[in-house]
Order: sequence, then C-alpha cells, then structure tokens
Amino acid sequence: MADAIPRLGALDHLGLAARATAEPGAAGVWLGERRFLAKINLRGDPQNAAFMQAAGAALDGVQPTTAPNTAVRAAAIDLLWLGPDEWLVVAAAGSEAALAARLAAAVAPHGGTVTDVTESRTTITVSGPRARDALAKGCPIDLHPRRFRPGDCAQSLLARVGVILLRADDATGPVPRFELHVLRSMADYLWRFLEDAGQEYGVAVVESEDRSQGSGIR
Amino acid sequence: MLLIHCPWCGPREEVEFRCGGQGHIARPADAMDISDAEYARYLFMRTNPKGWHYERWNHVHGCRRWFNALRHTVTHEIRATYRPGEKKPPLPDGTT
Repeated sequence: MADAIPRLGALDHLGLAARATAEPGAAGVWLGERRFLAKINLRGDPQNAAFMQAAGAALDGVQPTTAPNTAVRAAAIDLLWLGPDEWLVVAAAGSEAALAARLAAAVAPHGGTVTDVTESRTTITVSGPRARDALAKGCPIDLHPRRFRPGDCAQSLLARVGVILLRADDATGPVPRFELHVLRSMADYLWRFLEDAGQEYGVAVVESEDRSQGSGIR
Repeated sequence: MLLIHCPWCGPREEVEFRCGGQGHIARPADAMDISDAEYARYLFMRTNPKGWHYERWNHVHGCRRWFNALRHTVTHEIRATYRPGEKKPPLPDGTT
C-alpha cells in the first residue's frame, strides 16, 4: 500500500530539525525548510473569463493574476504567476490531492489544465537581516526592496540552479523573508550554497514550520 | 552581462536565456508537394548574416516562453524583443 511508504523530505538527511533554533540570535541569515507544501501547476487562457472565474472560485476566491512576476497571497493559498498562462498554487502540506481534484474539475470545462507537482520541489526559506546579501551572491534578480516587493515572485537562477523565488514577508517585520521553491534533487546543493553564502553573516537554522500551524516569523 | 527584455517578464540577465536560432521561418504551406531539396532548404538552411538578425529566443530559466528578437551579430545589440505573432520591427539600417 502506498501509504505505508515513509515520505522523505528532500533535506531530511541534513538533520536540520536537530540544528533548528527558535531564537536565531545574532545570526544574519536564517534558513529553514517548509516540507511537503502542496504545489499545483495551473494553466489556462487568461483571456477566457470563464476559466479565470472558475479557477478563482475553486481557490477560495484567490484570483489568478495576470500581472507578471507577482503572487496573490491569501491565508491558505499562494498563487504565483509563472507565465502568461501558467500559475503555481502553493498551499498547506497534505492538501494537494483534494485541491488539485477540485481545481481540475472547475477549470477543465474551460480548457484549463491542472498538474499536481507537489513532489517536484521543496521549499527553502531564507530570512534574517542579511538574507538579501546571501541571496545576491548567486542570484541575478535585483532583490532590493524597491524592486522586489512583498508578494513579488520570479523564476530565475540561484547559484546556477533554477528556482521560483517569492518575497514572502509583508514588509511590516524587521527582516525580509524569501521562499525558494527548488527542485528537490537540487535542494541539497542549494542548501549548502546558502549555508556557505551566509557564513560570513552567521547562519541559523530555524524551525521548519507548517503554515496551518501559523508561525511567528511568517 | 546583457539585460534582455523578456516580453513577458521584463528585463532579465542574459544567463536566463537561450538563443533558438533564426526566427520567422515559415513552414511551406505545400510541404507535401515540394521536392526533397526544397524541403531540406526549409529544414536545414539558415542565414548567417554579419549584422542584424531576426532570432528566436527562449526565456529558459524564467517563464520558459519563446519570443523573437532583433539582434546585431557583431555588436550583440538587441534592438527589439517581441512576442510570437507580433509584427517584426524594421531593420535599423533601412535594409530588408
């Protein structure tokens, strides 16, 4: 039975939980992993009002955006723009099967397609006062707060690895917070790159939090 | 490092892109009727100008969409980028 197979996270072998701290202290870069977030690829024609409406209704009112490089962020769902007819739905771990089925049923009559890509990527969080400096060592995107604002997202390269990058804070807190959705086979490499990039600022591993439980640093 | 203007994502660094060769190659409408030599010319023969060149590019590490660009093969200047289906801009030097 498939349920009997233990589900392994992409970074489980690094033993991050044992290193995690609730208090990053003086560290400049805070790294964490959000395991198993539901990720669903949504495609459809944004000119088709019926498709857009059906998608929004199936996503609890979160409407797909046509504004490039931005995400719509709601309590339980992030909806990231990936292309002119493509979006990534990110939701709480474990919700992918039900959400994908609901979304597919809603958009299929309007030419939309839904693919559950949960297992393809894991999510690394980069936060802390020097998070931007660490990321800038490997990323061609201008992450200055004037250019990469809360809710902005981008697909680009980080240390030569393709990532989906999201500014996940709302600018009310003292530090920025980024989420990197990275292919799980690249996650180990990217984590080690980030630890190395952040070394001069001090690196703290923070608790791997789940959205449904809420978190102080989200 | 060049900044290339993706028609969908806006300006991004050159490393995110791949060149896809000559653009605006029309598949012969009468492909079933033309000779093998003519079909091979469509399939394999490409221009290789020293100067302005219409090209296809792919934002391979970004939105993964194809677009067209007008690029100078000597200076590497990219004069224009535009979406598939959009009218190609005139050559800057007035030639055709």
